Amino acid sequence: MAAYFLRRLLIAIPVVFGIIFIVFAIISLTPGDPIRMMLATEKITPDVADQLTAYYGLDQPWYIQFANYIGRLLRGDLGISITSRARIAPTILQRLPNTLLLAFSSMLLALLIALPVGIISATRRNTLPDYLSLTGAMIGVSMPNFWLGLLLLLQFGLRWKLLPIWGVGRLSNGLWDVISHLILPSVTLGTSLAALLTRLTRASLLEILSADYVRTARAKGLRERLVIYKHALRNALIPVTTTAGLQFGALLGGAVIVESIFSWPGLGRLTIQAIQKRDLPVIQATTLVFALSFVFVTLFVDFLYAIIDPRIRYD
Amino acid sequence: MTDKKTRSLPTERSHDAGDVRARGVSQRRRAARTFLRNRLAVLGALMLLAFVVCATFAEFIAPANPLRMTLEKPFLTPGTDGYLLGTDNFGRDILSRLIYGSRISLTVGIVVVSIATLIGATLGVISGYYGGAADIIVMRLVEVFYSFPFLILAVAVMAVLGPSIYNVMLVLGLVNWPLYARLVRSQVLSLREEPFVEAARAIGGSNLRIMFVHILPNCMSALIVTAAMSMAGAILATAALGFLGLGVQPPTPEWGMMLNEGKDFLRRAPHMITYPGIAIMLVVLSLNFIGDGLRDALDPHLRN
Repeated sequence: MAAYFLRRLLIAIPVVFGIIFIVFAIISLTPGDPIRMMLATEKITPDVADQLTAYYGLDQPWYIQFANYIGRLLRGDLGISITSRARIAPTILQRLPNTLLLAFSSMLLALLIALPVGIISATRRNTLPDYLSLTGAMIGVSMPNFWLGLLLLLQFGLRWKLLPIWGVGRLSNGLWDVISHLILPSVTLGTSLAALLTRLTRASLLEILSADYVRTARAKGLRERLVIYKHALRNALIPVTTTAGLQFGALLGGAVIVESIFSWPGLGRLTIQAIQKRDLPVIQATTLVFALSFVFVTLFVDFLYAIIDPRIRYD
Repeated sequence: MTDKKTRSLPTERSHDAGDVRARGVSQRRRAARTFLRNRLAVLGALMLLAFVVCATFAEFIAPANPLRMTLEKPFLTPGTDGYLLGTDNFGRDILSRLIYGSRISLTVGIVVVSIATLIGATLGVISGYYGGAADIIVMRLVEVFYSFPFLILAVAVMAVLGPSIYNVMLVLGLVNWPLYARLVRSQVLSLREEPFVEAARAIGGSNLRIMFVHILPNCMSALIVTAAMSMAGAILATAALGFLGLGVQPPTPEWGMMLNEGKDFLRRAPHMITYPGIAIMLVVLSLNFIGDGLRDALDPHLRN
């Protein structure tokens, strides 16, 4: 077990290195000097421009810049925002929990819908509930989340005034304040994932239900509930777990959209605001943090997976 | 493993090789029949055809110029004054903008899938065929790309390159290729041990020829299924970038951007966001239906 974890960790290192390089390359290897570009559009003085050029080492060859970049990252320095002149790392630390909260609650919501619906769909194959859930899942997969978000905002927020449509709740105002702020963004972000996982749960359970060991379990006279929930479901959930983990990246990507619809103070909104102000260091930092969070989640899912399914460790 | 060995025993192979051409035709016909029997797939194909017709003949179908502003008639509700789907904040005809918008979505979808397939299939064939260092490099690169939330990478690159329709195509193509690389590689890994590859090598076929003339055509069914699904993804992503203001620039009618313009007038003119959203959903839905149908028809192993 420990050997597997260690090997998995070692594999992640070149990937993290590659991510850092790509993020570096996106911003630093673009044609034209980014500081000059900002000089043209923003009101920064040549004095400040020189300081920034020196800070980022833009007058040096790219490999030195890259080495410097890694050095700064190792010291926990994500750079300095061009518009606010503040260090970026503290801002990100303050915003990251909001994005993670949104992503995890969307994931939870998706699983809470997908598992029961998928199970019902598979166990009552080709009945009305099955057709309904398949149709719903197809629509859910095809519906753009930014459209769904606007519709929810209009109906539940503006027309019925049932739920808050702006910002994040505070625990000091009670748990309901936090939850009520989470509902619309989470539904917006989680719907397509719920649809995807419903289809997957159904397909996976159907496949397992035709396996020999399930037939054996039925043949020895076990009750159907026991066969499904104790024997079949455990194996059927393995691909669902993996996909849910992999789809976490899609949730983080979707956060950019959902956060800007519901003014959610997370990393996604920070990114969009930075883009509007052409604040390249901030874009660079948020992109990096998004990718690294995803890598950590994937690692975590892999470990979880190895615990659930011992076969993985021996591959 | 043992299964594969038994399948390629010489006796069985010679039996198969005899009617390989006849089998090819009947297989294609069987795939077509399976596809046509799938009602949702046919519905999807018809829906997509309708969008293609709209995109191709937009000039003749659209009732008005999509860019013409009628400033004295903003926010008309659907059906008033002969505007079937109403007008937007500048008094432009929403139906005409939607019809012209299909042009952008479909073009971007096709170009993105082409770029991604070109890069991905090439790298996938090389990595699967040669193995070794080439394989390790390509697969590590794929892993790195997979570690980025897809939309985040696209947004970051768009922010640097600046918003334009060509950059949207380029960026989404560059972000999408790993999917195809992984797919083609896994197919090549099993195909390269097949007797027909051995035969091609025996008669002196070069590596290039074997890879692109003999192996790649055999990956086509898997590629076509993936292309349909990922074109849906590309169209959604294009609209998402448009919605964020990072895609096609105004006044070009693009569905995502129409939603972006409509979001400021949610209460006043909800029809401004209703119809572009439905258009996006229908295109994506039709491609998903087609993808499902193609998968069932071309790749029976994947059926659930």
